[in-house]
Amino acid sequence: MNDTAIKKRPVLYLAEFDSPDAVIHAAESVRDAGYQKWDVHTPYPLHGMDKAMGLGDSGLGWIVLLCGLTGVTAAVTMIQWMNGYDYPLVIGGKPPDAFASMVPIMFELTVLLSSFGAVFGMFALNELPKHHHPVFFSDRFEAFSNDKFFISIEVEDKKFDEHKTKALLESAHPTFIELVEEEIA
Amino acid sequence: MSAEGPILEIGETRLLPAHVTAAYVSEEVSRVTEKPAPVGWWLVFGVALMFLGVLGVSVGYLFWNGIGSWGNNSPTAWAWDITNFVWWIGIGHAGTLISAVLFLFRQKWRTSVNRFAEAMTIFAVICALLYPTIHVGRVWVLFWALPLPNQMSMWPNFKSPLLWDVFAVSTYFTVSLLFWYVGLVPDFATLRDRTKVAIRKRVYGALALGWRGSNRHWRNYERAYLILAALSTPLVLSVHSVVSFDFATSVMPGWHTTIFPPYFVAGAVFSGFAMVSTLMIISRQVFGLKELMTMKHLELMNKIMLVTGSLVGYAYSMEFFIAWYSGNEYERYVFINRATGPYWWAYWTMVTCNVISPQLFWSKRLRTSIPVMFAITILINIGMWFERFVIIVTSLHRDYLPSSWGMFSPTLIDIGCFTGSLGLFFTLFSLFIRWFPMIAMFEVKGALPGAQPTHHVHDEEHAEATGALAVQSQGGVT
Repeated sequence: MNDTAIKKRPVLYLAEFDSPDAVIHAAESVRDAGYQKWDVHTPYPLHGMDKAMGLGDSGLGWIVLLCGLTGVTAAVTMIQWMNGYDYPLVIGGKPPDAFASMVPIMFELTVLLSSFGAVFGMFALNELPKHHHPVFFSDRFEAFSNDKFFISIEVEDKKFDEHKTKALLESAHPTFIELVEEEIA
Repeated sequence: MSAEGPILEIGETRLLPAHVTAAYVSEEVSRVTEKPAPVGWWLVFGVALMFLGVLGVSVGYLFWNGIGSWGNNSPTAWAWDITNFVWWIGIGHAGTLISAVLFLFRQKWRTSVNRFAEAMTIFAVICALLYPTIHVGRVWVLFWALPLPNQMSMWPNFKSPLLWDVFAVSTYFTVSLLFWYVGLVPDFATLRDRTKVAIRKRVYGALALGWRGSNRHWRNYERAYLILAALSTPLVLSVHSVVSFDFATSVMPGWHTTIFPPYFVAGAVFSGFAMVSTLMIISRQVFGLKELMTMKHLELMNKIMLVTGSLVGYAYSMEFFIAWYSGNEYERYVFINRATGPYWWAYWTMVTCNVISPQLFWSKRLRTSIPVMFAITILINIGMWFERFVIIVTSLHRDYLPSSWGMFSPTLIDIGCFTGSLGLFFTLFSLFIRWFPMIAMFEVKGALPGAQPTHHVHDEEHAEATGALAVQSQGGVT
């Protein structure tokens, strides 16, 4: 297949900004214009950006709570059943199902499962790992992990219009703007 | 990861030099992994590898011949093995303290140190786990410690602090590893995006999980980080408390004390900070990262060593006081014996290194001198090893009946297992600083002056007020 045979179609607009102030103002105008499928890419978390993008609170805490409760329940059930019922052990004159000596392991398993919830829950909510994403088609995008800030607006968005979207991004004074295309087989 | 731009208090100077920008941070930290290693690195790595060999030979010999190859005897059934275990676990604690506790307290200076310290935690715990693993005697049935169904229809004894230890230390290792990896993901993305080398692109790319700095991701990421910090804080306190239960719940004079959990935790933080400092002083020298790990960082660390060293000193004197106040003659004897008995030299080495040497940090001149602090951190590392030796060996060697008293002396295999674990630690650490970003780049960038937007609220009616505030905070930073 030669070069002319490759067909391309636009997937997103990518705008590059130099400063945190510029990108946060741009994000506010994209939010106010009513876009849904868009994102901001920053080298480190910017404070106030969630609000500027109109995002709510992260739901991760609920996942962690659920995992933590599972951990503590699992610990109690396991120890009670193993040492209190299935193979009763009398150690140090304590009853086989003594509560106090269960506490350390209850705590440890709560922490362990909560941490699994926090880490794997976060990756699941973020849909990571995901090695393939159209933003990576841009040659300039790799600067996001150094010191540049980007806004991407996807073609999939209902409000996307090649000219209007471009005009909106340009009004925020980006240092660079690019229509990122992907190849179609 | 800060709520607002850096606010300077009276007399406080900037943490990092003015020319440190986000791009500078990426460049300085990443170049360590991209350029050929300096001679200093090969030196450290080579020596470490040699000692790793010593570990291999010692452990191999020991597995073949059994743990009788150690100097442990009756009455000193625990000796260097448990000393080393507690010492390494304690060293690990500083990493979690820096990454979690200082994060919750919004101490931004931690950003230059935390990656480093977390790596140290993981490697120290690996070294620590070596000893109880060997000490069980029959390594091939180590899984009996876990609640797994077996042909004997037996379950572990959940009332034993030794089993709590299994859960505490393995949870600690797992959580530390996850915390560390989560922190590394955005920095792996930086390494991935900088490189033109195909193999590096693949490996760092795989490790970065396709990270694209999305704010929708940062939102969950920051929450995960906060939750992990909040979970790690009680976890780190619990781990050394549980380790101290191994002693405190026994009926040995010198061990059976309620002061043990906080005393052990303070000692752990103390020794851990000393080890972080030792490693930092070497690494910033070898890789020339003095702009990012500044004297200010080292000075703050020295202040923490001064505080925890004094706490440890207080615990030593309180132990003595309680032994006298208890009126129990065995308890009293153990403490008199520690200071004046056959192991007096170990006791006084401990006091000199742990209580007296950190007091030099009261002087600003001494705590900002690299040679002085390097010497003191080494002394603290030695002193804290002797602390565990004193607690374990001097308590055991003379307990109740004089007829069962004895002495402990280490064998060559004891020495090989200990120096070898240092080899394991430094080998892992050298590999880490060579191939992983040793400073948390994204966290340092986020805490730089001007890194955060000056406008937090953009509602029309607040615009004027925040504008004024922004000017003020700008004026404060520059």
